[in-house]
Amino acid sequence: MRYWDEHMECMERGTLQEIQLKRLVETVKRVYTSVPYYRKKMQELGLIPEDVKDLSDLQKLPFTTKQDLRDNYPYGLFAVPLSEIVRIHASSGTTGKPTVVGYTKHDIGIWSEVMARTLVAAGADKHSFVQIAYGYGLFTGGLGVHYGAERIGASVIPISSGNTKRQIQLMVDFGTTLLACTPSYALYLAETMEEMGIDKSQLKLKSGVFGAEPWSENMRKEIESKLNIKAYDIYGLSEIIGPGVAFECEYQCGMHINEDHFLPEIINPETGEVLGEGEYGELVFTTITKEGLPLIRYRTRDITALHYDRCKCGRTLVRMEKVIGRTDDMIIIRGVNVFPSQIESVLLEMGEVEPHYQLIVDRVNNLDVLEVLVEVSERMFSDEVKKLEQLEKKITKAIEDTLGISVKVRLVEPKTIERSEGKAKRVIDKRKI
Amino acid sequence: MYVKQISVFLENKSGRLAEVTSILGKNNIDISALSIADTTDFGILRLIVNKPDLALQVLKENGFTVSATDVIAIAVEDKPGGLAKVLDILYKNDIGIEYMYAFVGKITDEALVILKVENGDYAVNVLKENNVRILSANEVYSL
Ligand SMILES: [Zn+2]
Repeated sequence: MRYWDEHMECMERGTLQEIQLKRLVETVKRVYTSVPYYRKKMQELGLIPEDVKDLSDLQKLPFTTKQDLRDNYPYGLFAVPLSEIVRIHASSGTTGKPTVVGYTKHDIGIWSEVMARTLVAAGADKHSFVQIAYGYGLFTGGLGVHYGAERIGASVIPISSGNTKRQIQLMVDFGTTLLACTPSYALYLAETMEEMGIDKSQLKLKSGVFGAEPWSENMRKEIESKLNIKAYDIYGLSEIIGPGVAFECEYQCGMHINEDHFLPEIINPETGEVLGEGEYGELVFTTITKEGLPLIRYRTRDITALHYDRCKCGRTLVRMEKVIGRTDDMIIIRGVNVFPSQIESVLLEMGEVEPHYQLIVDRVNNLDVLEVLVEVSERMFSDEVKKLEQLEKKITKAIEDTLGISVKVRLVEPKTIERSEGKAKRVIDKRKI
Repeated sequence: MYVKQISVFLENKSGRLAEVTSILGKNNIDISALSIADTTDFGILRLIVNKPDLALQVLKENGFTVSATDVIAIAVEDKPGGLAKVLDILYKNDIGIEYMYAFVGKITDEALVILKVENGDYAVNVLKENNVRILSANEVYSL
């Protein structure tokens, strides 16, 4: 089984666009009639649903932000009577009120479908044993993957997160073939396996779908070699539906967005202007089939780029690149957008598994300067000055090649970079603008 | 034939060297030779101590980036031209020196020098053939 829904996944673009337009028009009508918030926003812009006649008319519609969801907490943006809502999920709300999302029975069906596509693309079928080590509960990860796995008829092992040694034992005993969890947990499982003296040859594991946090190509290689599997990246956010918004195929060249359900755009995060194919900007989604909580032009804050050229797998669904950063931690240096994650991936490529670094931005003589502090680990350290200077130069060059601006790299002692709650503060902006 | 040298990464800020020596002192570790190579941003402190393994451990525990390297300790005649003779032997045999530094002198008729060269084994042989006295690790640690 290569596709779950070949018809939708490999449809000619023209036909797909017709379907998208029809669904977009319906969605806009629905939110205009059922969600006072959207009606008001559209009226303010002088828009009526009939103004949406073409896919490009999407650009006329207002954006929705996380703040809008919070302002309408908990159910203010729902488009159906609460009796139609069969499931509620919510974000953790670490930075304010939680974001509440509601699903109708039909929405749960869509979610199962897009997750079924995701799992099939990662090699699963009804003979698979899918171990779901994502958290179950208000977080969308666990149940999202669960319903998708059930939809394809796989055997679901709903173990949820934690209890690592038991996870591994069951993986061996139950013959798990597909693992679903966060990429960092996959690595932790691999390490614990080593400690327990269990070899990867004892596993029947073939693949894994990993998401819910950013991860690098290096991490992929590490997971793949330590667990002897193919590791697939998946993308989703509860506001749009949960996991299953986009998924990787066997060619691992970006994630196919299920765009018959979620219409993507890339915008300039500052101006809101829509950007072209291949340009980096903020990913924006309009749900075009959801009933419970349809969202118009929801700003994900994730920075990525879209590619429409045909994929070798045969799917015509657009591909999004790995998320390279968040609009919240984007810094602009001499007009260039810089994300800490870009520096991180450079350091990862130099062989640092968990690099500790910090970006210090300052303005000297009206010119922005970027200093990158890198903690010297034992692996990088040498007793020869020459070698450390070479390392410093190598890092400098790699970062400059990636960012396209000059930087000053400074090697510092371990633990120099201040940690709060275990996490380092990545950016210090000293500019007084 | 080799002596274990402890290398420590230090940022160029005041008090760091004092911290290293005080940690070693508290752990009863004796320093017999030391050198610092520095650039504008950072320095590498190189130490020969009587208990290298313990030194490595306690410095790591205190959050320093440290490594252990094999170096050669030699004795040269403590008179004009003594060191030049050894350097000449190395040069003629095409052995490049990464770095070198002298001991805190305790022996009167010989000067002790630490050498880090590109090809250690070859250098040791050449030095031996030319009757340069190479100090054993035990000899050095007990200085
Ligand atoms: Zn593909």
